[in-house]
Amino acid sequence: MIRFLTATFIVLAAFASPALAPSPAQAQDQTIQEVLQTHREVIEKSSRKTIGPAIDAIAASGLPSAQNVLQKWQSRDMWQRKDDRLFFYAEEVDSKTYTLYDFDSDAAVGDFAKSDLKQLKPNSGIRAVIGAALVQFQLSDPDPARRSEAILAIQRDGEASHLAPLRASIAGETDPDIKALKEVTERLLTISYDTDDAARVAAIQGFNGALSLDVRAVLNPVLTTTIALKDSLPDDANIKDRVIAGSEALPFEDALARMVSAGMIPAQPTISERKDALVANIQDGMVGGVGVADLADQDARDRAYMVLVSEGVVPEWDAGYSIEDAVKSTEFVEVYAEPSKAVTDAAEATLKTIDRAVGLNQTLDLALDGLSLASIYFLAAIGLAITFGVMGVINMAHGEFIMMGAYTGYVVQQIIPDYTVSILVAIPAAFMVTFAAGVAMERLIIRWLYNRPLETLLASFGVAIALQQIAKNIFGTQARPLTSPAWLDGALVFNDVLAISYIRIAIFVLAGIFLGVFLFIMKKTRLGLETRAVTQNPKMAASMGINPDRVNMLTFGLGSGIAGIAGVAIGLYAKVTSEMGADYIVQSFMTVVVGGVGNIWGTLLGALGIGFLQKGIEWLNPSNTLAAQTYMIVFIIIFIQFRPKGIIALKGRAAGD
Amino acid sequence: MNNSFFMKNPSLLVFLGLLALFTLGVTLMSEAYGSGLVSTSFVKTLGKTLCLALVAIAMDLVWGYTGILSLGHFAFFGVGGYMIGMWLMYARTEIIVVNSLASSPIPATASEISDAIGSQIFGVVGSSDFPAIWMFADSLILQLMMVVLVPGLVALVFGWLAFRSRVTGVYLSILTQAMTLALSLYLFQNDSGLRGNNGLSGLQNLPGADDIPQSVMSIWFLWASALALALTYIATSFVVSGKFGSVIRGIRDDEARVRFLGYSVEGYKLFVFVLTAIMAAIGGALYYPQAGIINPAEIAPIASIYLAVWVAIGGRGRIYGAVIGAVVVSLVSTWFTGGQAPNINLGFYEVKWVDWWQVLLGLSFVLVTLFAPKGIGGLVDVFTGRFSPNRKGAPLGPDAGSLREEEAEK
Repeated sequence: MIRFLTATFIVLAAFASPALAPSPAQAQDQTIQEVLQTHREVIEKSSRKTIGPAIDAIAASGLPSAQNVLQKWQSRDMWQRKDDRLFFYAEEVDSKTYTLYDFDSDAAVGDFAKSDLKQLKPNSGIRAVIGAALVQFQLSDPDPARRSEAILAIQRDGEASHLAPLRASIAGETDPDIKALKEVTERLLTISYDTDDAARVAAIQGFNGALSLDVRAVLNPVLTTTIALKDSLPDDANIKDRVIAGSEALPFEDALARMVSAGMIPAQPTISERKDALVANIQDGMVGGVGVADLADQDARDRAYMVLVSEGVVPEWDAGYSIEDAVKSTEFVEVYAEPSKAVTDAAEATLKTIDRAVGLNQTLDLALDGLSLASIYFLAAIGLAITFGVMGVINMAHGEFIMMGAYTGYVVQQIIPDYTVSILVAIPAAFMVTFAAGVAMERLIIRWLYNRPLETLLASFGVAIALQQIAKNIFGTQARPLTSPAWLDGALVFNDVLAISYIRIAIFVLAGIFLGVFLFIMKKTRLGLETRAVTQNPKMAASMGINPDRVNMLTFGLGSGIAGIAGVAIGLYAKVTSEMGADYIVQSFMTVVVGGVGNIWGTLLGALGIGFLQKGIEWLNPSNTLAAQTYMIVFIIIFIQFRPKGIIALKGRAAGD
Repeated sequence: MNNSFFMKNPSLLVFLGLLALFTLGVTLMSEAYGSGLVSTSFVKTLGKTLCLALVAIAMDLVWGYTGILSLGHFAFFGVGGYMIGMWLMYARTEIIVVNSLASSPIPATASEISDAIGSQIFGVVGSSDFPAIWMFADSLILQLMMVVLVPGLVALVFGWLAFRSRVTGVYLSILTQAMTLALSLYLFQNDSGLRGNNGLSGLQNLPGADDIPQSVMSIWFLWASALALALTYIATSFVVSGKFGSVIRGIRDDEARVRFLGYSVEGYKLFVFVLTAIMAAIGGALYYPQAGIINPAEIAPIASIYLAVWVAIGGRGRIYGAVIGAVVVSLVSTWFTGGQAPNINLGFYEVKWVDWWQVLLGLSFVLVTLFAPKGIGGLVDVFTGRFSPNRKGAPLGPDAGSLREEEAEK
């Protein structure tokens, strides 16, 4: 710490001198060698206490080679020729010969024997001072990339000595972005390292409502507290608040240990120490007049211990002693490590505004999360909204159609290496594969069971376990990746709190497209009209010239095909396994049932409700998604009690009952 | 005489006789009491199969007779197993802990023993305190009551909520499946108090019975399972044979009509739902000590669907059908997945039954649903000459008013 402070002072002193702004005129009438020679004795002495003026003079010389001198010096590449005591930088030719280069011209001076030269070996203290001086060169480097690199390095790993050069470099900064970055970094450093409390308070207040993680990382150490006994503190200690012993922050045992170590009360033997003492004092099967066999009872043990106390062989123990009473009379406080109350108050106030801003953004983030979860549920459920919602067929193999779609995407990706093209091919391919599977299933199984819905459930479950096992036999049990194209990698970042990955946006967009497609097919096409007619009254529809068999087949195929596309989308962000369908099937049915069977808007509302609800519960109880799912299902079960037909219930003849 | 209980249930005496013969036969062939023809592990498999037959009867009563396709009865089965498992694990750990503490220089106090048991049982989930649900775990009687009470209460609350809001048909199935999923997800959590996905283990060792070899123990459990199965069979036959049975069959066939006749449909359904949940729990309480371990994966929704599969394959609406289904499917499944079935070499591909059994099961299930809705039990009808009338599309007249619409449309 002292090292940093000294360095700060030295650098501050350097910039307080008139040489702060290096003038080009000076550069012309002096060479760096002359500057070095002026301070030769100090440099040769190489002591951290006296080296300051020499480094300052080099840094302030304004010469183009000054940075090089400092860098070479710091890396121990600066050598002195013994005969004329001039300074050069050297490159090793072999172990005994070095080539010297002139600092001013960078020209090789010639090869010299090592015995004619003396290497300058700055110790770590001097190297730190040189490093601080070098920062100003990096901060005013002509290359903007290196400037911002230097600032980011300071932000990551700042120290007190960076403060002065950073401040000095702000005025001359031409790039507005880097200037803003410098100003922020300057305030962050001010909070941590400035010695003037007023400046720190001002810097802290400048961050009101800031969302950056760096700000919180700087403010939190300022507010570090420790718990202490009030009486043990000096009067001017920066106390935050009183702490009640027995609270979560300070359990009774901790409070007691602190009081004992402060010497306020004598230590009491704990229950296990007393037991050890009893064990140590067993004589002829008796301890303190009590037989060992009778010690299976805490009262008997206490009696025996008291006897031992009266004999003086074990430490004192007060049987009526209660930790609560002992601790009650003592005041514990939380005390800041930071001595200045003004600074901690400002930091607390600012942190509060930051927390508010972070909370707002987290709520937005949560809403985005809920929205993307809702789109996933909607995607998984929309095919079901057709087969179950419109046709009333319970298809337990729906999840397996999702899985088939995902595996189709995987297979397409094995054939077409370009990820963008393969996804564009995979979507129609998945649709066709699952459409065909759906049509086959409808023709072979479902159509025989239209008047036995419960048995459709069981038969389609048979199909589901068969499909699952077949997938396992073909693709193995390990998860297969479905890689998204590069343009879907990464996330749309609004600030340090609020971000959403592009895949989730894509899924959201896809869900929107599906909604549109569904509505178009159902409301505007011949197939949709016929589907609705067949659903409401198959016999009447048939007598109007509609072929119910064909319509049912196509509708079931359509629902299955959409499940396949959903599988590709879900596979992009989750792993493709043979069991992935089973993970979605219950949620998908929930979505359709909660929303209201037979209405796509209901399915949408159901997905939104379940998505937001699940994220909301997860937020209340973070780190436990299992619990969130459990409570969500319980909530849905209760919800169905009050609206058995879902959010949007069909009325009249369309309801079908 | 024609109205006697046994005359109404001709299958009952046959079944009880066969069960007694089976149990005696296995005992005489066991390693402990007989020739040793049947290995101890197979005796355990048979004992477990009897428990599965028991829960299949419960499923048949609730689905085949009352028409409620519950996809949650295996969850009740698992809960029963958890309840008995808590006592088994506690009592056994207590014995181990007391033995290990006996070598310490001074005898342990009650609270020291309880702490040591806690850290033994809950060490795997990073805890050592007993959650509140283990309150009764030290008492066998109380825990046995929990086997009945906990699933009974869950079924009562859930059934009351579901039936009063007239959730029926496939909606009820989905709702019960959701309940099962919620329960298994809850048990998967480490802080559920039941050791998360580790489940309860070491249940095959009865506390205080270390001297009794597993071969003898397996026979005891076989007898206990057979007895429970027999009692369940009798109780179910009784329930479905009288007026009550007629009402619940009526509910299955046309719920609205039974309601209009003045019966409290919800009350009947709730009674059957709770009764079968308790039956399932008793089956679980006998099954898991034989299996030795229970974990939340056992009560995943798929297990309950399999239960429905057994009943459907065996034949719904007849008690022996449920037993046949459970026994046949689970034994055949053990045979195939145990690697005992010979592989079939097709030349270009070798069919390994371990991999393909699930496919076969799924497809046979589809075939049974499509072509033999009566299941294996339907074969009995072929022998006894009982067939549904083939109406050849004739309209439903007053004479056929008792027939269901599907029968009429054949």
